[in-house]
Amino acid sequence: MTGKATWWRTGLGLVLTALMLFPVYWMINVSFTRDTDMRKTPPDWFPLHGTVEGYRAVFHQQLPYLGTSLLVGLATVVLTVALSAPAGYSMAKLAPRGRGVLSFVLLIAQMIPGIIMAMGFYAIYLSLGVLNSPVGLVIADSTIAVPFGVLIFTAFMSGIPEELVQAATIDGAGRFRVFWSIVLPVSRNAIVTVSLFSFLWAWSDFVFANTLVGGGSRRPITLGIYRYIGNNNQQWNAIMATAVVASIPATVLLVLAQRYVAAGVTAGAVKD
Amino acid sequence: MNDVTRAPARRRTTRGENPAAAEGRVRSRRARSGQWAAWAFLAPVTVYLLLFYAYPLYRNLDLSLRDYTVRSFVQGGAPFAGLKNYRTVLHDPVFGSALVHTLVFTLVSLAFQFTIGMALAVFFTRHFRLSATLRALFLVPWLLPLIVSASTWSWMLNSDSGVVNSVARSLGVAPVNWLTSPQWSLISVVIVNIWIGIPFNLVVLYSGLQAIPASLYEAAALDGANGWQRFWRVTFPLLRPVSAITLLLGLIYTLKVFDIIWIMTKGGPADSSTTFATWSYRLGFGNLLPAFGPGAAVGNLLIVIAVAFGLIYIRIQRKQRLT
Repeated sequence: MTGKATWWRTGLGLVLTALMLFPVYWMINVSFTRDTDMRKTPPDWFPLHGTVEGYRAVFHQQLPYLGTSLLVGLATVVLTVALSAPAGYSMAKLAPRGRGVLSFVLLIAQMIPGIIMAMGFYAIYLSLGVLNSPVGLVIADSTIAVPFGVLIFTAFMSGIPEELVQAATIDGAGRFRVFWSIVLPVSRNAIVTVSLFSFLWAWSDFVFANTLVGGGSRRPITLGIYRYIGNNNQQWNAIMATAVVASIPATVLLVLAQRYVAAGVTAGAVKD
Repeated sequence: MNDVTRAPARRRTTRGENPAAAEGRVRSRRARSGQWAAWAFLAPVTVYLLLFYAYPLYRNLDLSLRDYTVRSFVQGGAPFAGLKNYRTVLHDPVFGSALVHTLVFTLVSLAFQFTIGMALAVFFTRHFRLSATLRALFLVPWLLPLIVSASTWSWMLNSDSGVVNSVARSLGVAPVNWLTSPQWSLISVVIVNIWIGIPFNLVVLYSGLQAIPASLYEAAALDGANGWQRFWRVTFPLLRPVSAITLLLGLIYTLKVFDIIWIMTKGGPADSSTTFATWSYRLGFGNLLPAFGPGAAVGNLLIVIAVAFGLIYIRIQRKQRLT
């Protein structure tokens, strides 16, 4: 491949990427647009008369919601990893009887539409009187990620050499010790992938938030945006500014952990 | 709460299932303790699945078989109604259109996501300057929270001030009421869903393409195959297993899509973009007087469809593993 032969490909690639990412650019552009320019025809293609009014509104009104989302996301990560890492270890290394049934159940679990889970959770939380609790939201959000987590951990831990486990066992380590001191540290990449996705899914969740959390300051940011659209659909710069802020985790993830993202997307779709 | 007490009992039964008596006592003891340990590590997830998957699904099934109102949640005593809710739903005039919309939404989304994703995957297999960076950037739409994508597109598709109509006007095309006219609302949500789905198809198909040995292309080139022939004779047949899995997963994801449609159009105007997912939600949560029973019934029908395709997916995966 000479540079000469591929410059047109780079050009075409740039054009395609720009087309694909235009909505993202537009979100940023609108977030800096003044209210007075919002309904201009044609619209301003660049934020020439930039204003940070929208972002000021975010920090005044949405800050607690961002905090809620952050806490709910982190708690979901802890719960998901704590549940799925031991399960993955067992499925990969301990040959439990009934493994086939369990992996079948986990696959099916991923196919259940979120709205149906939401309705079930709503019925349960209503009878228990725990609607509007962050803990309830964490539990609901974790259902998106746990089956995926077990799948990733099982696939990854199956690749850990048997000798490593055997050597530790000969040295007298029990199964839990092997799991804790050998398997977990070696599985760092799987832990990162599962954590990233469980955080992102909890952060992005809208269905559970909208059904299980009503109002109050305990709203996650997704509801913050949603209520914003409902209440003042004039202030699009504030709505888009909130959207930009809500996109930060996804962007950071892509910049810092692109490899893990790609691994997560293809998990279960492509044979390793 | 009796689910919690059931877990130790479960473990006891797996412990009791020791292997055949033909084995020596020592060996069976080791196998038994091995099984015990294996299930000890699985216990948290098993309990979790029972409590937070099976139980909500059971509650949902129960909802669909009873006459529920908000009051019966608080005071109990919802009369058993059998299949009444399912009959109500099937005879509802919305049922037919929701079915058609669900099919159109799913199939059109899939066809475009897959085709565009495949074209991009092929385009990116030839490495060029910046190719890795651009490929990573393509993931952005897939990673953004759906509420972000849906609200951004809502504003872009706004009839009066949206950038899409503004571009249409400058090109001399008549502007369209994307989200507020029954003819266009379904098309609009399909367009957004395609945009969100392209990255997934691109990444999975790209990784599938990486597995095809370059020597095959060289051989094809030596035999005088042009690019088009190389794709249809080499790439496409070899990608068939990955394509099947990608399409099935896409199908299962797309059937579930709720957020985008609900945020952009709420299934309207006049049910013109209502799918099973949004209809189920609207019955259960969208009105002042919730119809939990019918809502749950629609949801359960959706589960049946999704799981049916899920079983096909599992079969294909098994076949792949065997080959």
